[in-house]
Amino acid sequence: MVHSIKISCSKSSLKDVREFAEKVLANYEISDVDKNLIVVALDEVCANIIIHSHQCDEKDHITVQIREEENILEFSIIDQGETFNISEYTVPSLDALIKDKKAGGIGLILVKKIMDQIKIEKQDGFNVCRMYKSLIF
Amino acid sequence: MELTTFNEEKYHIIAIDGELDASSALKLDDTIEQAIQQGQKSLLFDCEKLHYISSPGIGVFTSRIDDHEQNKISLVLYGMNDKVFNVFKILGLDKILPIVNSKAEAKKLIDGALNKD
Repeated sequence: MVHSIKISCSKSSLKDVREFAEKVLANYEISDVDKNLIVVALDEVCANIIIHSHQCDEKDHITVQIREEENILEFSIIDQGETFNISEYTVPSLDALIKDKKAGGIGLILVKKIMDQIKIEKQDGFNVCRMYKSLIF
Repeated sequence: MELTTFNEEKYHIIAIDGELDASSALKLDDTIEQAIQQGQKSLLFDCEKLHYISSPGIGVFTSRIDDHEQNKISLVLYGMNDKVFNVFKILGLDKILPIVNSKAEAKKLIDGALNKD
C-alpha cells in the first residue's frame, strides 16, 4: 500500500508532512527516537525542495509517498522544480559548517546519516527523490 | 512555536515551546540576537517543551559558536527530551554544544565557565 500526501510549497506545509509520516510510521515497530529521525530526514528533503527548488512558491506542489516492501521503507518526494541531486552532493564536514557560520548544510548531513540509500530519478518530467530505510535496526 | 524570555539573577532564559523547524527558526534567531544586543552574557535555553527540531533550528545554535566564544557569551541548553537530543547526538553536537539535563546544571555550568575566565 502506498501512502501519499500532496502539499503546497510553503514552509508551513512541513508540519503536514511530519504529521503524515508519523501517522504512517505508527504502523511499524520503530522506537520513538528512530521514528523521529526518519521524520527529520523527510522534513529536511522536503524543506530543501520547497526552499531551493520552488523558492517557497505556494502555487507549486510536491507529493510525498511512503510504502514498505520486505521490511524496507521507501520514501518518494516528487516535484517539478529545479533538480537538486542530493545523492551527488558532497556533504561538508560539521566543523567546516560551524567555522563558516553556515546554518545550511546540516540538513543534508542528517539525511545522509539517517537514511540507508538515496537516489534521484527523472520520471515523466518529474523529479523523484527516493530514500530507503531498513526496518531492521 | 512560542518563545518565553525572562531573567533569573544573571541568567537570561529563553524557553522554547513547540517545534523548531524551517518555518520557526528565524524567530529564535531574532530572539537570541535581541538578547545579545541587550548585553546578555549567560543564555540558558529551556528545551523541556521543545517537541521537535530539524536543521534550521540546530543551525541557530551552531552558527553562533565562534561568535559566542569571541564575545564571551555562554550558552547552555537544558531539559531536552530523548527525541530532540538524538538529533543533536547523531550529528556529534552533543560533544560540541553544552547540553545538560536541568536548569540547575545549566546554571552551574555557566558559573564554572565564568570562574574560569
